Amino acid sequence: MTLLLIVLLPLLGALVPLMARNLPRGRLAWLTAVAPAIALGIAVFHLGDVFAGQTPQFHLPWISELGLDLALRFDGLSALFVLLILGIGLLIILYSRYYLSGEDSLARLYSFLMLFMTAMIGIVMADNLLLMWVFWELTSLTSFLLIGYWYQLSEARKGARMALTVTGAGGLALLAGILVIGHIVGSYQFDDVLAAADQIRSSELYPVVLVLVLLGAFTKSAQFPFQFWLPHAMSAPTPVSAFLHSATMVKAGVFLLARMHPILSGTDLWFYIVSFTGLATLLYGAWFALMKQDLKGVLAFSTISHLGLITLLFGFNSQMAAVAGLLHIINHATFKASLFMAAGIVDHECGTRDIRKLNGLYRYMPHTTILAMVASASMAGVPLLNGFLSKEMFFAESLDAQLLGGLSWLIPALATLGGILSVAYSLRFIHDVFFNGEPKDLPKTPHEPPRYMKLPIEILVLICLLVGILPSLVIKDLLVSASASVLAGPVPEFSLAIWHGFNVPLMMSGIALAGGVGVYALRHHLYSFQRQFRARNALLVFEANIQRLVNLAERSMDSFENGSLQRYMLWLLLTALLFVGIGLLAVPQLSGEFEQQPFDAMLLTGAVITGLAGLGTAITHRKRIVSLLMLSVVGLMTSLAFARFAAPDLALTQLAVEVVTMILLMLALFFLPQRTPKESSARRIMRDVLLASAFGVVIASLNFAILTRPVESISDFFMANAVSGGGGHNVVNVILVDFRGFDTLGEITVLGIAGLAIFKLLNRLRLFMPSSDLDGRSWSPDRHPMILATVSQTLLPLALLVSVYIFLRGHNEPGGGFIAGLVTAVAIILLYIARGVDWTQRWLRFPYQPVAAAGVLIAGLTGAGSWMFGYPFLTSSFGHFTIPVIGEIELATALLFDLGVYLTVVGATLMILANLGKLTTPHRPTKEKS
Amino acid sequence: MLDIALWISIALFAASLMLNVFRLAIGPDLPDRILAVDTMYVNSIALIVLFGIQLNSKAYFEAALLIAMLGFVSTVAVCKYLLRGDIIE
Repeated sequence: MTLLLIVLLPLLGALVPLMARNLPRGRLAWLTAVAPAIALGIAVFHLGDVFAGQTPQFHLPWISELGLDLALRFDGLSALFVLLILGIGLLIILYSRYYLSGEDSLARLYSFLMLFMTAMIGIVMADNLLLMWVFWELTSLTSFLLIGYWYQLSEARKGARMALTVTGAGGLALLAGILVIGHIVGSYQFDDVLAAADQIRSSELYPVVLVLVLLGAFTKSAQFPFQFWLPHAMSAPTPVSAFLHSATMVKAGVFLLARMHPILSGTDLWFYIVSFTGLATLLYGAWFALMKQDLKGVLAFSTISHLGLITLLFGFNSQMAAVAGLLHIINHATFKASLFMAAGIVDHECGTRDIRKLNGLYRYMPHTTILAMVASASMAGVPLLNGFLSKEMFFAESLDAQLLGGLSWLIPALATLGGILSVAYSLRFIHDVFFNGEPKDLPKTPHEPPRYMKLPIEILVLICLLVGILPSLVIKDLLVSASASVLAGPVPEFSLAIWHGFNVPLMMSGIALAGGVGVYALRHHLYSFQRQFRARNALLVFEANIQRLVNLAERSMDSFENGSLQRYMLWLLLTALLFVGIGLLAVPQLSGEFEQQPFDAMLLTGAVITGLAGLGTAITHRKRIVSLLMLSVVGLMTSLAFARFAAPDLALTQLAVEVVTMILLMLALFFLPQRTPKESSARRIMRDVLLASAFGVVIASLNFAILTRPVESISDFFMANAVSGGGGHNVVNVILVDFRGFDTLGEITVLGIAGLAIFKLLNRLRLFMPSSDLDGRSWSPDRHPMILATVSQTLLPLALLVSVYIFLRGHNEPGGGFIAGLVTAVAIILLYIARGVDWTQRWLRFPYQPVAAAGVLIAGLTGAGSWMFGYPFLTSSFGHFTIPVIGEIELATALLFDLGVYLTVVGATLMILANLGKLTTPHRPTKEKS
Repeated sequence: MLDIALWISIALFAASLMLNVFRLAIGPDLPDRILAVDTMYVNSIALIVLFGIQLNSKAYFEAALLIAMLGFVSTVAVCKYLLRGDIIE
């Protein structure tokens, strides 16, 4: 349980700065630091168990069906990273308080930092690969927020976007890799995967897994050729860079390598991919670190270089190399964080980061200079500092790498070259900035920063020295337990001494130091050499590519989606025509084996009328009201056809929908121009007529072909199970409220939302009201004819009775909530028509929105109710009850569900129709009323 | 006997439906057309009831009931449109 707290505390801590944002900065910083400090305390408390070789674990089932559980572990590797993340995170909190200027919101930065910290801790403590991936994506998202903290700067926005794109794409690859692992192993629990390591390595999918997982790791830790995002992430505030590029973000990539080391390493493929990528990154980063003129740019590329070094070590496939990699993770985090913070101080106090302007700062800030010198010497690998230890181990391991056969000597040679460059840029960082003459036109006069701004650097530099001088005392336990989890077995004996006697690694260190000084002395020749290459700004290249992609997408969208309904219909119909047409061509004979029904004069009459009315609708479409009358004939004939062919449910629904549509269209027609101009060209009409005819022919043939053949469908199941499973004799209704109840729930929700949306759209809408009809006659002065009002009022109770009747018997005979709802709504609309809004409002004083909402709620709760009895959502139950006098009746929970449908339909229909009708009256929807 | 009577009635109502369509098509005015549609509703009720008798089923009764009620509402709505343009005011 306490393990969960380590993750949860920073998450809750993200709220602290937001709530305390009005406090003075000092107090804000302290309050923010409380949660991670407690989490760090818990982590330290568990260290004893970890050193003793135990692995505290925490397991809470989450979405176990998908293999995703809230599973945490705290092994040596997790412990190492948690200490780094929380420890350096706390120092960053202190540092940011002084770094950030008064205009920037410290609370926002803190909040993002805490979220990011949570995500990082989640990655390193996850005991489930899917859970790890979730946190992995969270780091991409939160780092996007952090890098883009100064969102008013275009550079920051673009840098953030690039980092998100690259690491996000890598995250997708990682997810794919994890899913393949899950496919091989059958579980995402880390212990299960670890136990199946041999199975994964021998699987034929191993190369796929390896490449996908490595893509994730390499994009995250900015390995060549994905290194380009990292330098542009430097547009973040320096504390963020110090955190992201020392202990966290980019370390997530090497963490993944370490985590997957016992599972995926040990093969030649691993060696070739990982070590060559690492080597290329090491040299690439080191070279450009030497060339950069921006202080943070130097650090950015040196970060890339050191990440390459760590990757290279993990690629060596040797146990000692992995230990060295872990040691360098710690060392790099400490010296790089302090260097970034020192660079931030320089930037803060001088107002520039350009190395060409910064010179001789020693005289202005001696204290900071000394701190930076120590950290920088550690980066260069000077003895008595922690960087020296890992670099020695790195050189020793490079000598042992034999996989290149006769060319294996190249690896130590290139490693030494990397060492030389590393010494050169470290020297440059110190000499160019703090010595080497006088500063040139700085925007500010530099001076020492506030006392506590240096404290984080002092602590980190102290760690550098302690680890460098007393390695076995300070770091050995942590390193051994972390190595144990990376190697998943016994850790080889190693000594963390400074002095191993005169040997080849020492000689390589010597060469690196001496060579580095030499290279630095000759740096101006190198600069002029580098100037021959055209500098490529990765940001511009990336943005250009993204823009090209967006333009391409937009162009292809525009060519399809131009907003014309006719165009969409054309594509839709053509596509359907094509596929159905091809299918029909393949059928040998149109009619199937079924005997056809006798064809009588009545059917012919119906078909002719429907066809004529359909044609009439199209022909008279420019006289809207006539067209509408024709359309209503089509609807009437359709429902007659439904009735004739024994589908009374459909007939009822069709009739009700028909009337509601008519009223809706007439309400809208009033606001539209009475005459439509002739718009279509003859060619276009020709095209549409041809298309419509072709479509009609094909669909008619298709229907004929299907109806004359025996078709296996699920309707037999519904027929057979309606009574036994749903307790109703009306199969249609049982399907609606029981078998497919979930669909119905979705549909009524959509209906309710549509009603609300229309209500919102009509809000305060004022439209032009024509004062005369089509032929210029003015409107009749009689607004509410007496006869109509009287008849309508008489009809209302009858209509309500009918709707109750239809509703109640719906489960066993034609009817149901939907039809009943429409009938009720139509009856109320009739009142509106006959009596006007004023009168109706006076008698019906309830608003329709709550009715629709209540309907959805009732249906949803009915479904949820079955949970209480331990059944799945929307399981209906029914029973037969005997009530005195009335006799035996059947009650089903489906009836309650149907009530929800009924209320939603009434509410939504009235919300749409009545509000549309009210547009011309003072009762129109307004914000004040809603 | 009943069969023959049914067939004759159905044929007559079908013929009147055709005549309604004819009136709907030629107009000449909107009230003519509205009357044509309203008469179609009435004739449809008769047809549906006749179907019900022919197939000896009660299920058609509701459809007839609904047509009677809803047909009235839509005729009223169209007439109101003709009178005032604005059907709900």
